[in-house]
Amino acid sequence: MTTEAAVLPGARYTWGGDEFLFVEVSEAMSLPANFKVMSIAGRLSDAGLPGIVDICPANASLLVRFDPDVLPPEQLGTAVRDIERDLASHQERALETRIVEVPVWYEDPFTAEVAQRFREGFHQEPEGSDIDYAAKVNHLKDAAEFIQRHHEQPWLVSMVGFVAGLPFLFQLVDHDKQLEVPKYLSPRTDTPKLTVGHGGCFGCIYSVRGAGGYQMFGVAAAPIFDPDQALADFKDFMVFFRPGDIVKFKPVTEAEYNEIQAEISAGTFRYRQAPVTFELSQALADPEGYNRELMEALNGI
Amino acid sequence: MGNTAREAVLECTYLGPVLSTNSDAVIAVTGAPVEVKVNGEPRQQWSRLLLKAGDQLSFGVIQGGTRYYIAVQGGIDVPEVLGSRSTYSLGAIGGYNGRKLEAGDVVPVGAPLNGGKLPRPDTVPEEFLPVYAKEQEVRIVLGLYDHRLTEEGLGNLLNEEWKVTPVADRMGLRYSGPGVKWKEREQPFGAGSDPSNIVDAGYAVGSIQIPGGTQPIILHRDAVSGGGYAMVGTVISADMDLVARAAPGTATRFAAVSLDDALEARRDLAERRNKAWGALGASR
Repeated sequence: MTTEAAVLPGARYTWGGDEFLFVEVSEAMSLPANFKVMSIAGRLSDAGLPGIVDICPANASLLVRFDPDVLPPEQLGTAVRDIERDLASHQERALETRIVEVPVWYEDPFTAEVAQRFREGFHQEPEGSDIDYAAKVNHLKDAAEFIQRHHEQPWLVSMVGFVAGLPFLFQLVDHDKQLEVPKYLSPRTDTPKLTVGHGGCFGCIYSVRGAGGYQMFGVAAAPIFDPDQALADFKDFMVFFRPGDIVKFKPVTEAEYNEIQAEISAGTFRYRQAPVTFELSQALADPEGYNRELMEALNGI
Repeated sequence: MGNTAREAVLECTYLGPVLSTNSDAVIAVTGAPVEVKVNGEPRQQWSRLLLKAGDQLSFGVIQGGTRYYIAVQGGIDVPEVLGSRSTYSLGAIGGYNGRKLEAGDVVPVGAPLNGGKLPRPDTVPEEFLPVYAKEQEVRIVLGLYDHRLTEEGLGNLLNEEWKVTPVADRMGLRYSGPGVKWKEREQPFGAGSDPSNIVDAGYAVGSIQIPGGTQPIILHRDAVSGGGYAMVGTVISADMDLVARAAPGTATRFAAVSLDDALEARRDLAERRNKAWGALGASR
């Protein structure tokens, strides 16, 4: 990754009406920007200021909801600025997190069927598939090469939102290896549940069925949002992903996909996952070498 | 009816249900003006109504606004999800099985508060009733990404009239009007190609985005929580219910106010609500 991206100017502070503070760490996406967002969010959460309703770390910005009857806006602004100033000299460089393997059926029939209904007027190349288009605009040979690029290096959950539990994913590779694909020309009114999508430089997994504008490449085989909290991975919370999670996609065949469905029905499915410490400096210095190390944590699990 | 603000109510968007009760009940219908009928006979809105077991509640055509509300003594007794009884249909959680009611559903009602003792006042005084107008002025605090608009674009937002389109629900309201212009620039990495695109960020409730510079969208309480469209300001908390009352066709002007003005309006609204609760012999 570019080294200049590691040096960030001060954040931009602006109000979202009388209940929200918006802190834009950077206009552009980068790993250091996301790391700084998560650091501020973590410190602010630890500070436990009365009147903070919600802290929403996003890709390169942070949204804080507060109750101005309890916490005056200036007081919140000062608190966050103090945290930012303190981080400038004591930036956290490591993140205690986990790596999770997410099985994906690429080029599945569910997203193909929906894509067929949204071609003319919606898609840049109505005659081809989303994944063929993504391969082309990234100057790759074919869909197979795109799929390989998509799953061989892991991704960081840089934000959770849009709809309940939807992770935005930023691939842990050099800037010039980032996969970039335009969103649909006009958003679809339908997207299958668990669609693995991509827009701009971000991957995502649609947690629920609904509208969406990202290109569709496949479906994740297991739930990531479970309001009934039936599976073991959802025992603590109905949403699986947290900002800072590291995701390794694993391609599965139709038969493997069906086996996973049977495990889900039986209530026995668990994501393969392992705790890891994520070091920003190592990820910036040698992303692919460091990724190999991170992925080793999944061996034998 | 002795409820507090924690007791859930039913929200009816444009059309209401036909309901029958299997026991005696105390109810009230508030919100947008509509004819309220018990066993076909007109009854008063904004007032306590006593129903007998077997009575049937139905509604005429809505006369303005967007939504009316049915409250029942003891509240609608659905389980709390994440600290709320409200329905979030996009996530299929909360409320009644995470969805809107359908014919045949049996809706549970909680036990009356205070042993069923009713306060003396039985009607909301007229001075506290919301206004349902065909024209609205909505106060906003500019900010977030308003610096990305051209001067002309910002002028259009604040000086021109905008109309609520039929694309309006609990998630958001879309307005038609003269459009705005975004400043051209080389887009930051990851933001997307249109000048109205940003690197996906959290969306403030009440924030106004203008995808492609065409139709402003006010994100309301059930909106998506984040995305990649630049927001130019945020409706002040005191005007969010006003916006919720806007039916398609409502002529709207956006007035920029300061954060201090927004906080003052918030205090005024809280005081007004407290007085309304007081006038009903109740406390929140």
